Amino acid sequence: MTQTDTDTSPTAASVPTSIPARRRNLVQMLELDLRLLGMVAAFAVLCIGFDLLTGGRFLTPRNIFNLTIQTVSVAIMACGMVFVIVTRNIDLSVGALLATCSAVMAMTQTRILPETLGLGLGHPLIPWITILAGLLVGTLIGAFQGYLVGYLTIPAFIVTLGGFLVWRNVAWYMTSGQTIGPLDQTFVKFGGISGTLGVTGSWIVGVLALAAALYGLWGARRNKIKHGFTVKPLWAEAALAGLIAVAILGFVAVLNAYEIPTRRLERMFEARGEVMPEGFTQGYGIPISVLVLIFIAVAMTVLARRTRLGRYIFATGGNPDAAELSGINTRLLTVKIFALMGALCAISAVVASARLANHSNDIGTLDELRVIAAAVIGGTALAGGAGTIHGAILGALIMQSLQSGMAMVGVDAPLQNIVVGAVLVLAVLIDILYRKRTGEA
Amino acid sequence: MTGTKRTKADTPLVEMRDMCISFGGVHAVDHVSVDLHAGEVVGLLGHNGAGKSTLIKMLSGAYKADSGEIRINGERVEIHNPRDARRHNIETIYQTLALADNLDAASNLFLGRELVTPFGLVDEDAMEAETRKIMARLNPNFAKFSEPVSALSGGQRQSVAIARAVYFNARILIMDEPTAALGPHETQMVSELITQLKSEGIGIFLISHDIHDVMELCDRASVMKNGKLVGTVDVDDVTDDDLLGMIILGKQPGQASATEG
Repeated sequence: MTQTDTDTSPTAASVPTSIPARRRNLVQMLELDLRLLGMVAAFAVLCIGFDLLTGGRFLTPRNIFNLTIQTVSVAIMACGMVFVIVTRNIDLSVGALLATCSAVMAMTQTRILPETLGLGLGHPLIPWITILAGLLVGTLIGAFQGYLVGYLTIPAFIVTLGGFLVWRNVAWYMTSGQTIGPLDQTFVKFGGISGTLGVTGSWIVGVLALAAALYGLWGARRNKIKHGFTVKPLWAEAALAGLIAVAILGFVAVLNAYEIPTRRLERMFEARGEVMPEGFTQGYGIPISVLVLIFIAVAMTVLARRTRLGRYIFATGGNPDAAELSGINTRLLTVKIFALMGALCAISAVVASARLANHSNDIGTLDELRVIAAAVIGGTALAGGAGTIHGAILGALIMQSLQSGMAMVGVDAPLQNIVVGAVLVLAVLIDILYRKRTGEA
Repeated sequence: MTGTKRTKADTPLVEMRDMCISFGGVHAVDHVSVDLHAGEVVGLLGHNGAGKSTLIKMLSGAYKADSGEIRINGERVEIHNPRDARRHNIETIYQTLALADNLDAASNLFLGRELVTPFGLVDEDAMEAETRKIMARLNPNFAKFSEPVSALSGGQRQSVAIARAVYFNARILIMDEPTAALGPHETQMVSELITQLKSEGIGIFLISHDIHDVMELCDRASVMKNGKLVGTVDVDDVTDDDLLGMIILGKQPGQASATEG
């Protein structure tokens, strides 16, 4: 074949090969994701719109802080849902699984460890053993559902529809339907408002995150140069770096600007037996739950893009037969994906129950729909093979903003849900039209 | 293109002996034996449903045989899945191409065998660089490296599938209807590739129902009908009509005249 100058498709291939380099527009040159850009724009319009309607109450540090901590639980599960949907499956049981994990953890920290095992309330090991127990239960249940889907070939829709009923009521049965609380003081720090990094800690995290992002950007460029690929012009790279810096540091600044109410500060000082100095203020900073979400998002993105497991997930979603013929064990892969989904449900359960400071019987109700909606609004294709973690998180943020924005404006509850439902369908329609135009899938 | 093949009386590269597999009581492959020497192209002929693809899928690891044995260089091997087959340097180009449409050429080429960095992460750039190298050899006009293969033309997709088989130093190559979806120009490309690979000492099973392809490219042809082997013939010794008779009537050449005459 060496000397044959065969052109496999004379009309399609030869023409565009040389031209795109010149015809690249700004977006392509910056290698930006148009769909992501569209979602960010939609989100921005939403936020500004609500801000105008509420007379500037929507985009306050306080509301932004609340929005982020309200989004975390759904966003964490949406990360896992991306993988589930990418492999052409669905998980309807995440809300119920969250409830079971939450019930297990609530019972572990308020009954089993302090009473049955005699550690006593407030023992320093209790939150950690509790979280471990929750993770274990979530992962095992997830893996079991994955086994039913992957090895016994029961459709995921049915397995998780059954799971939806089973796990919701396992939680009910375990707690006899009671609200269990108050939860451990350290455990509650994962919920949001009662566990934040403070101003200094937040700046440190922000600067570290920025450094990591810049290093990643630089490393990618260096690698491309090493292999002789075309790279973005330096100014584009610098602009992107600047954008990232503004986003990260701006986010930290906003969260730091939300100050702890004076009366709450006073009580904190009283608890330590001190008197609060006159005019003392302190910002909340980054909530630990948001930090957890960021960590999960980064880990899941690396998993999706840079590991074999991630490759196999997307390949299986794109063409299950091809994946199988390439030697990928797609059954085991299904088990792994559902196990991961289960583990993420457990982490969400930590955040959700810690935010409420107790386990209630209806925790996580309708979360499965919010999670699926977040993933789908975020560009995950139900046909499989396509989806991103950051998209799903943005999807969760858009859903939450819509909901709480409407509540702030004073839209009636039934109308809120009607709008959210309509937006979900509309978002998918826009995505379908976008894909048709760009010729994807 | 012939000449050397008969003198190779040594151990065949691949021997499939007495292979059987059935699906729900249907004997898809029924006591079939075929072999393949290094540097030889053996055509597998037959109607749709004759069992040729099924036979070869037992070699590529897509199906597990009910009985029979596979020998490679005279040694008995067990092939339970596609990974086992790849370990024995058996590469397959499937009729469906078996590409993940949502991934780019490099990801497909290395699917299941990704290059990784010392940290165990997938080395995307190294894979793209390798893909560029092999594509420069197979199909110099190929340029869509960063697009999903769904954006490629039939011929381009075919060259990705071929590159995947060739890149990993195949000794045994299985081509299932490699030209079925191609235009004449691209078919020519595949023919030239087969001739080149053959000269490099690779053994090729070519599944086809195009008799002309087989007559042109193959050294020997094995014909199947209803899951059974009709016979294996030297392509030089038979005519198109003989092969047709084998495919349609299931009769050995010569046998026809003997019984009828």
